[in-house]
Amino acid sequence: MIEKICSLSDAVRDLVRDGDGVVIGASLETAIPFAATYEIIRQGKKNLEMIAPISDASTDMLIGAGCVGAVTGAWVGNVSGGLGHNYRRAAEKQIPHALDINDYSNFTIGMALFAGAYGLPYAPVRSILGSDIINSNPAFKMATNPFSTETEPVVLVPPVKPDVAILGVQRADAAGNNHYWGSSGLAQEAALAAERVIIVADEIVEPDVISSDPSRVLVPGFRVAAVCHVPAGTHPAPLTGRWQRDSAFFNDYHARSRDVDGYKAWLDEWVFAVEGAPGYAKKLGDRLSALKIAGSRNAAHANYAAE
Amino acid sequence: MADYSTQELMIIAAAREIRDGELVFVGMRLPITAYGVARLTHAPNAVGMFEGGVTRYAPAEETLYTMCDPANQRNAAWTTGLIQVMGHLQAGRVDTGFIGGAEIDKWGNINTSYIGGHENVQVKLPGSGGAADIAAMSKRLIAIMNHEKRRLVERVSYITSPGYINGEGGRAKAGIAVGGPAAVITDKAVLRPHGPANELHLSSVHPGHTADEVIENTGWELKTAPGMTETPAPGDAEMTALHQVDREGFWR
Repeated sequence: MIEKICSLSDAVRDLVRDGDGVVIGASLETAIPFAATYEIIRQGKKNLEMIAPISDASTDMLIGAGCVGAVTGAWVGNVSGGLGHNYRRAAEKQIPHALDINDYSNFTIGMALFAGAYGLPYAPVRSILGSDIINSNPAFKMATNPFSTETEPVVLVPPVKPDVAILGVQRADAAGNNHYWGSSGLAQEAALAAERVIIVADEIVEPDVISSDPSRVLVPGFRVAAVCHVPAGTHPAPLTGRWQRDSAFFNDYHARSRDVDGYKAWLDEWVFAVEGAPGYAKKLGDRLSALKIAGSRNAAHANYAAE
Repeated sequence: MADYSTQELMIIAAAREIRDGELVFVGMRLPITAYGVARLTHAPNAVGMFEGGVTRYAPAEETLYTMCDPANQRNAAWTTGLIQVMGHLQAGRVDTGFIGGAEIDKWGNINTSYIGGHENVQVKLPGSGGAADIAAMSKRLIAIMNHEKRRLVERVSYITSPGYINGEGGRAKAGIAVGGPAAVITDKAVLRPHGPANELHLSSVHPGHTADEVIENTGWELKTAPGMTETPAPGDAEMTALHQVDREGFWR
């Protein structure tokens, strides 16, 4: 077994490079490893291309911190708060700097990652016909379905292959094999399309725990570059069966990021002044305990015996 | 007369758009509750889908802040990926889809991307999310908006989610085989497409509002549909169902 456990700061230092195409969570509002968002900001990574359908407020935070050169995705904002103030400042006033915006819808960024994952030259879709997304993002090409007897337009979506996908899971072993449950958005496509995968695990378990239920594996360890043990590393995003969403945290971020000074004060308090992920958890303290899911609603046992 | 808030009336108007046995693309906030009300009243077999990868036979038992909250995963019919659920849209299997929007025009086109247009951005909105997909590929689209003159405009500056594009045959010309807005539910009225051009017309006015007031608050010359009525007030069964779904009274 190849041991892939390392600290999140080491993983970000070694595997996220300036200018990379990066996915941080691809499951819309759940399992977003915000611990990685914060670490990327701390390390001052630059000119990243953030790729995601929706990663709640993570992308907005990175834009405000000056880490982002381009957004390739469907949505940037704050799901329960509203608009993304940093996204607005960058797009409208080039603060802190200009941003390339590559418009997609959720389904088309999904099919772009699908094509990237499985080596398709492109993915033909019926969506975004009639939408200005076709016009504002030159990546798309129009074609006619060659199999149709009638003239039937289709949109061709080129593959998207991230350099790094950073994904939150409930548990993983030291080799990066992992279990994920709950809705997964585009996490699997993002992982399989990416050159390097960093797993942010709420819990590290023995390998036989993962191998006992291979149908629950999001991405097998042989495709994983690093596995980082960060309990509650998705906070303030939820993680099925482990952590509730901290909606008040998102709302506080929304209110404080309304102007640049407020955002910088928020950043100082929650990112720069804390000692990495453990310091962040310590600062949350009782608030984090209150978000922990204490109940049990276990799945039925699945038998894999072959004898 | 039943006691209800404007938002509760909107939820019930939205619930009435869902038919029994349908596959419904639910979306967040108000439509989640509308789906719950429909299931408890006239549509017990409606199935709800959420683009994050959740499918449900019944609404979640707790107030949701997002579609991916743990309470929406528990007892779901299916938790899977985005392509698996949104693929149902592309396969033409989704009957009714719900979306919201910042700006809509008389052809039902919706902008959630760039106020002022792509070249002259005045306000950068979050973007499509799944809205463009839901608008292009649902058989029937229901849009939910606040009724303000700056939101209901003659022509949106950017089409994120296509309605009837530029009127008669607009969707067909763009290559869209199905769908289009069936209703726009606002805090004052319900608009529906009428005539061959599918221009949005005033279909019903909510109790307590007048047609003149609705027309005044619309950014295009809003015409009234033949047989325009008052939006029926919520009935007792509908309000009972709503209170059962909205336990915490979030929408009261």
